[in-house]
Parts: sequence; structure tokens; C-alpha cells
Amino acid sequence: MGLELVTLLTIFVLAMIVGREVITKVPPTLHTPLMSGSNAISGITVVGALIAAGAGATWTSTILGFLALVFATVNVVGGFLVSHRMLMMFRKKG
Amino acid sequence: MDEQTVRIIQNSAYLIASVLFIFGLKGLTHPRSAVRGNLMGSLAMLLAVVATLWAADIVNWQWIIVGLVLGSGIGAFLAMTVPMTGMPQMVGLFNGFGGAASFLVAGGELVMRIRTASAETVEAAATVGNDLSLQAIIAIAASGLIGALTLSGSLVAVAKLAEMKVTIGGKKYWASDSVLLPGRHLINGLTMVLAIVLCVALVKDPTASSWYWILVVVSAVLGVLVTIPIGGADMPVVIALLNSYSGLAACATGFVLSNNVLIIAGSLVGASGLILTSIMCKAMNRSLANVMFATLGPAEDGPSADEVYAGKIKATSAEEIAMVLDGVQRVVIVPGYGMAVSQAQHAVRDFANLLEGRGAEVEFAIHPVAGRMPGHMNVLLAEADIPYEKLLEMDEINPTLETVDVAIVLGANDVVNPVARTDPKSPIAGMPIIDVDKCRTVIVIKRSLSPGFAGIPNPLFALDNTLMFFNDGKKAFAELIAALKDA
Repeated sequence: MGLELVTLLTIFVLAMIVGREVITKVPPTLHTPLMSGSNAISGITVVGALIAAGAGATWTSTILGFLALVFATVNVVGGFLVSHRMLMMFRKKG
Repeated sequence: MDEQTVRIIQNSAYLIASVLFIFGLKGLTHPRSAVRGNLMGSLAMLLAVVATLWAADIVNWQWIIVGLVLGSGIGAFLAMTVPMTGMPQMVGLFNGFGGAASFLVAGGELVMRIRTASAETVEAAATVGNDLSLQAIIAIAASGLIGALTLSGSLVAVAKLAEMKVTIGGKKYWASDSVLLPGRHLINGLTMVLAIVLCVALVKDPTASSWYWILVVVSAVLGVLVTIPIGGADMPVVIALLNSYSGLAACATGFVLSNNVLIIAGSLVGASGLILTSIMCKAMNRSLANVMFATLGPAEDGPSADEVYAGKIKATSAEEIAMVLDGVQRVVIVPGYGMAVSQAQHAVRDFANLLEGRGAEVEFAIHPVAGRMPGHMNVLLAEADIPYEKLLEMDEINPTLETVDVAIVLGANDVVNPVARTDPKSPIAGMPIIDVDKCRTVIVIKRSLSPGFAGIPNPLFALDNTLMFFNDGKKAFAELIAALKDA
């Protein structure tokens, strides 16, 4: 608690501001690929899932981590791939 | 390598990954750089995964490999097989998975930390304060709440988007209908209060992990309750909001693990979803609270369909439209959800190419809430190889509509209803619309005169310069192409 929390909050607030600045410039025509790309990025939870599934602390945490790992990986792989598929369509005649 | 060096290298890799995520999203600001941006994002993810596996003490490699292979297989299968018309459901489902992963990871962390905290070794006792710190436990509660709500809310949204239905006692119930429980505001309020009480109970006694799972269940119920009243037209708002929540859930998990890359990536997604939500609300001239809690009732005071339409509707045929289109300079097509339903985008492309071959300029006017999710129409038209330069935003095209010879409205209704400008009492009053009524001739392709989501008649259909072509979107364009070739 304390200092570490403030550091994490700093990162959080700055990242939200950066996100706002970058994403307001995404044109409406790319809003669907933006959302599926966001799905993939929110799969970053895979990092936490790997630790929980791999640490072997208890059976419960392993199972929970494993399920989280499957969900997060579906998001990462599915999200980036489907975005790629869509973005290639936009590029064809761009 | 000592522990600290490992942490330094791992966190440096996370820093690079975070930068790549940001530049990847920046790539999405233009269709030309977007593919590269997406690849940068996936590289960032790979880096984050490799750095995590390298630095962590993994004992269960078999679980990790099975999980990665299974998840990748399912994800790749879904991504390669989903039709472009199914994108809203796909994004909805992935929103839910993001939420699920977050509350599962937070739950797993809670279980691991309770075990460490209860271990009767001196070493473990020293770390108890750290492991179940107030920060961690509040973040765990937040992950559970947001994550479970996102999962159940998204599943309801998917059922609505996929037009799922159940038949009970011979009567059909559509998921997309608004379900209005009596006293729903009270029920939702009480469920929300209960969820917060459970968060407090968990914070007071973090070692009682059952509070966490009760919280997850209550939050899931809350997610269902807040999503079921929302009708089809408001789906773009809901899906954007749930997109944001899935990011915020990842963010909360980042606070549990004190992990920078989770917080940064989660915030980017959170910000993205919030921006899209606000764009969608503005495009309907409604506040978020209005979308979430109020319902669009049928307009009781407004004129009835008979008053608006009686004797003024001019039905037309493909042959007549072909004559109207003879020698036109500028044509604008306004697609709506009806284009997605009838899968008309390829026929529309052939039609546009034919007209352009005859020297006309064909453009597409796209309302921000046309379809079921932000950018839905653009993706369908891109799939049909229509260049993105021809897809114009509402604000871009509106000032030029007076110079348009023919506007073709395809399966859109409320987004071209001039009542939004003229009647301050209408449920869509003040909603920005595409002013097709200002074009010289308007052709509306629609199956019937049935109202749009707002449930009100559309005086556009009764205008002197409007022709109604009652037909399915795909068939209508096939007939138009045939008629044009014959003429």
C-alpha cells in the first residue's frame, strides 16, 4: 500500500490519457477492427493466468488459472486474427 | 541471475510491450497503417507472454501448454470462420471472455495468497501483510465485480445480437426484446448494494474466499439484470460499454498483481470502449444513463402511421428506378442494419460498379449507429471490396446532399427520419440524421412500412420525391442490376 499504490495509479491515469488521445484519432470506418483489437489487448490478463496456472500453489488456483488462460488466449489469438482479416479487406483497395 | 535482475529484465520487456501496444493502436488511425499496427500489438502480446514465462517459477508446464494450445485453437477457429455479419456477436463474446479471465485470475490469486498467508512458516508470516494488502484485496474485489458483470452482460448481449429465441408454450420469445421486470430499478439497486456489501465483507476478512465467489455470482446476476432491458437499437452502446469494462477488469487485475503492462493495456482498452460509448450516445442524442435505464416507449402523442402515410406512398419497381437512374451524376447509398440482415453488400458493390461504369459518382453515407456495433457497415462494405474513400461520415456528407441526384436508403429507417429535426417531442428528437430528404430523389428499399427501433412512422417515405421499393435488400439490388442492363 502507500507509495506503490500511488505509482500504479500514476501509470493507470497516464495510460488512460494516452489511450484517449490515440483512440479519438481512429476514424469511424475502423471502429469495428478497433473493438476486436481491443478484445485482443484485453487478453493481456494472460500474463496473470500464466502465473496462476503455472505456479502449482494449490489445485484450485491451478484450475482457475488454467480456465483464465484458455479464455485469455482465445481473446488474444482470436482478436488479433479477426482484426487482421478485417484490416486486410480495408487495405485491398486502399 | 539473482531475483532482482530477473525482475528488472522482465519489467523492461513489459515496458517495450506497453510502448508497442500504444504505437499499435496509433497504427489504427489510418487504414493504410492499420495492418502493421495490429501486428505490433500481437508482437507486444508475445513479448509480454515470453517475459512472464521466463521470469516465473513455472512447475505446471503441462497446464500452460494445454491452455495455450486449446485457447489458440478455439480463437483461431472463431476468427477464421466468423462471417463479417457476425462480427458484433464475436466482439460481444470476446468482451465476455476478457471479463471471465479477469475474475478467474483474481480468484486464483486470492486462493494462492490465502494459502501463503496461512502457512505457518516465519518466512510466510512476514509476507502476509504484503500478500493480502488492502490494495490487493480491493483490487481482487473490483476484478470479481467488473469481470463477472462483463461476462454475464456480454452473454446476454450476444444472445440479443444473434437474434436467439426460445419457444415456451408455443409462444416465441426473442432475446433481443427488452425484458422489463416490474420494479426493475429497485431490484437492480438492491443487487448493486448487495455486491458492494460483499466487497466490504471480503475486504474485512480476506481469508474467507467464499465471499469472493458469492460476489462473483451476485455480480453476474447484476450483469444480466442491467442488460436484459436494453433493446436492439441500443446494442452499439452496450457492446462498446462492455468492451470498456473488459479493459477495466484487466486493469483491476493489474492492481492485484502490481503489474504495469496489465494496467497499461487494460487502460487503453478501457479508454477505447469509453470513447466509442460516448460517440454512439452522441449519435443518438441520448445520455448513457438514458440508454441504460430509460426505455424508448412508443411515441403516444406523435402522428400514427396511417396519418403520415395515407395516400402518399408511391411504390416503385426496378424498371422505374432504372429510368430514374438514367444519366444521373451523383448517387448516395445509405446502408442500415437491413443490409447486414439480407447480406446485400456484394450486390450493392456490383450495382455501384455498374453505375460508375456509366459515369455516375457513387458514395456511401454511414451513420455512426447504423448496424449493431460501431463501424459495422464499414466492415461489410470493405468485405465487398468497396474502397474506404467512398465511405463518408454523416457530418462529411450532410452539407453536400442537396447536390445529390438520387439517394438510395437500404434497410435504414430512424437514422434518416426527418422528424428528428422537426418534432421536439419525438423520441428521436435532436438525433443527428443523414438528411436524405434534401436529395432530389430518394429511393427507399425496405420490406414493408414497418417502423424502425424507435417505433415511429417516417415522413420521409411519404415525401413527394420519395419512391418506395418494397423488397429484400439483396434481391432488390439484383433486380436493379438486371433492369439497368436491360434499359
